[in-house]
Amino acid sequence: MGVIKNMKDTDFRDNETLELFKKSGGNILMTTIDAVIDWGRSNSIWPLTFATSCCGIEMMATGAARHDFARFGIEVYRASPRQADVIVVAGTIVNKMAPVLKRLYDQMSDPKYVIAMGACAVSGGPFYYNSYHVVRGVDHVIPVDVYVPGCPPRPEALLYGVMQLQRKIRLESMGQPRQTVELK
Amino acid sequence: MKEIINLPVKNVEEEEYHINMGPQHPSTHGVLRLVVSLQGEIVQNLKPHCGYIHRGIEKMCEKDTYPQIIHLTDRMDYFSAHINNNAVCMLVEKALEVDVPERVTYIRTIIDELTRINSHQLWWCSFGMDLGGLTCFFYGLRDREKILDIFEESFGSRLLHSYYTPGGLMMDVHPNFQKNVKAFIKYFRKKIKDYDDILSGNVIMQERTKGIGILTREDAISYGVTGPSARASGYSCDVRKHHPYGLYDKVEFREILGTAGDTFERYMMRMQEMRESMNIIEQLIDNIPAGDHTAKMKAVLKLPAGEYYQRVETARGELGVYVVSDGNKTPFRIKFRSPSFSNLSVLDHITRGCKIADLVAIGASMDYVIPDIDR
Amino acid sequence: MDNAALKERILSLVPDAEYQENKQFLTFIIPPAKMHDLALKLISEADLSFDYLFCLTGVDMVKFLEVVYHLESTTHRHQLVLKVRTGDRENGAVDTVCDVWKTAEFHEREVYDLLGIRFANHPDLRRIFLDENWKGYPFRKDYTDEVNIVEL
Repeated sequence: MGVIKNMKDTDFRDNETLELFKKSGGNILMTTIDAVIDWGRSNSIWPLTFATSCCGIEMMATGAARHDFARFGIEVYRASPRQADVIVVAGTIVNKMAPVLKRLYDQMSDPKYVIAMGACAVSGGPFYYNSYHVVRGVDHVIPVDVYVPGCPPRPEALLYGVMQLQRKIRLESMGQPRQTVELK
Repeated sequence: MKEIINLPVKNVEEEEYHINMGPQHPSTHGVLRLVVSLQGEIVQNLKPHCGYIHRGIEKMCEKDTYPQIIHLTDRMDYFSAHINNNAVCMLVEKALEVDVPERVTYIRTIIDELTRINSHQLWWCSFGMDLGGLTCFFYGLRDREKILDIFEESFGSRLLHSYYTPGGLMMDVHPNFQKNVKAFIKYFRKKIKDYDDILSGNVIMQERTKGIGILTREDAISYGVTGPSARASGYSCDVRKHHPYGLYDKVEFREILGTAGDTFERYMMRMQEMRESMNIIEQLIDNIPAGDHTAKMKAVLKLPAGEYYQRVETARGELGVYVVSDGNKTPFRIKFRSPSFSNLSVLDHITRGCKIADLVAIGASMDYVIPDIDR
Repeated sequence: MDNAALKERILSLVPDAEYQENKQFLTFIIPPAKMHDLALKLISEADLSFDYLFCLTGVDMVKFLEVVYHLESTTHRHQLVLKVRTGDRENGAVDTVCDVWKTAEFHEREVYDLLGIRFANHPDLRRIFLDENWKGYPFRKDYTDEVNIVEL
């Protein structure tokens, strides 16, 4: 069975931006508050129940007993977009579903993140050629933070994707609020 | 002021109220939109809106060769992925009049039955979860991981394997396959008693499912409902019995039929089917003959011009593959008669007069997979 | 009933049905006007009793559009395939059979959505998979879409 290389703790905490910030003598108070807020946010990401097709099953398997992602902070799934932090787009998005996805994303409250899980959400996947109804990649509809490739990605791959998202959240700072790009 | 007081007040209970169980919903098992028209809490009628995962697979297959179509059939009903693959492989093999080695038939039948158990385990998880019992989710998925371990050892992936190919299998099974399957059956025979203890005997579950959503035998035939949902109404429709393929005419197994046709009966059908599948596997697992894992096939497969139809029994019901060929290496038209599409068409009929909570229980017992409906 | 007896029976009900060679099923091509009456007889006569319509397909054979019905009887277990053809690609219409077999309601909506064959007297003929304002019928052989389809 395949094993995904574990991230060492030093790698997890190491980021060029953080290093630069520390070197350039950033505001100590802001960095401490930022660190606490980012620590809180990254360790408690609650996703929306959203699964279109096969990748949804691997997402459910990741939440089950063996690959338990409650230990990463994903304690529960929220059914309402108002209460969710992240939307894990698991499965193919088709032309009919794209406006629904956009509406769900708009209904989520800030700060919100997006993980594109699976080849279909990343780029259209096996349906890239010859399909008249598939959106080739969910980033045509909403801005994506982390891409997790695979068809379907193993649960360990999704966990790695969530860890990458946690690293990304830790880079945030109150002085530079997160810019959500408005797609036309 | 007097005018406002004297305005006629409509009796709120008499008005019809439409709600949308939208494409994103925890218990619609995927992206299905149901526009439910209610009076109070009683469902008057229901309109399903499909197409939120319509990928145009049948049109895509017109540009793919037959071995490539196998990969797309996986993604249609991903719980019975192997059984879908089996349908297309058998169709091509019969059309080209190829004899597959006996070893291949044994392995395909065993893997089909493991897939059926796998699918029913996941159905049990989501059934319990829809009714509110989240424990079922963890128990079922824990046991399903054991089957996925077996699959991963032999085929390389947990879900969506595309292991069958026209002529045989892509590669031979792992040497530990037989031992692992026997160990799994021994393990699962004990665990399935736990499933009955947790859910089947639970008084809340029985109150919520007995007498709800009754489907008569005539309606099941007329609406084309197949699979365990139809067998609960007493309609004998198992393709493995009536049009046997593979080794199903050589093994002994019962076709489970019910009488009541309500949600509880549909539930019990699937629990019994898991046991019957284990019986089938036990009869076959020790007798797998040695041999090749594939027949000799040409590099480019061209089906002779004509029409072909193959029926198989998936975990949801009868899947039919209809191919119109004009002699090329890609089909002229391929159509998948999916079981979930017909099972969905009866939902409006059986939910009339029930409450919304019952609607969720009925939907869970019909066990449809939305990508199978929309293809 | 075996295939030979069934063939005679169908030809006696619809004399201008055209028999088509097929290794697997007994296949007939029925004129569109006679299809609905034949359907009513197939389900009601006791020795035929074709009560299970297991597949309804629309095919675009370039010269004409075709609807294929796969039928089976749950009592006698014999099977039959009927085909109805229409040459009119703009307004081709076939009689619906959803009053005979209720499964046809959804299947005919699918054929209408993807191929554009209309079904007369259908209770609710509208698109089922695609949006209501989608232009064109994707499963037709002359369907092209430069925007959505990336050709291989």
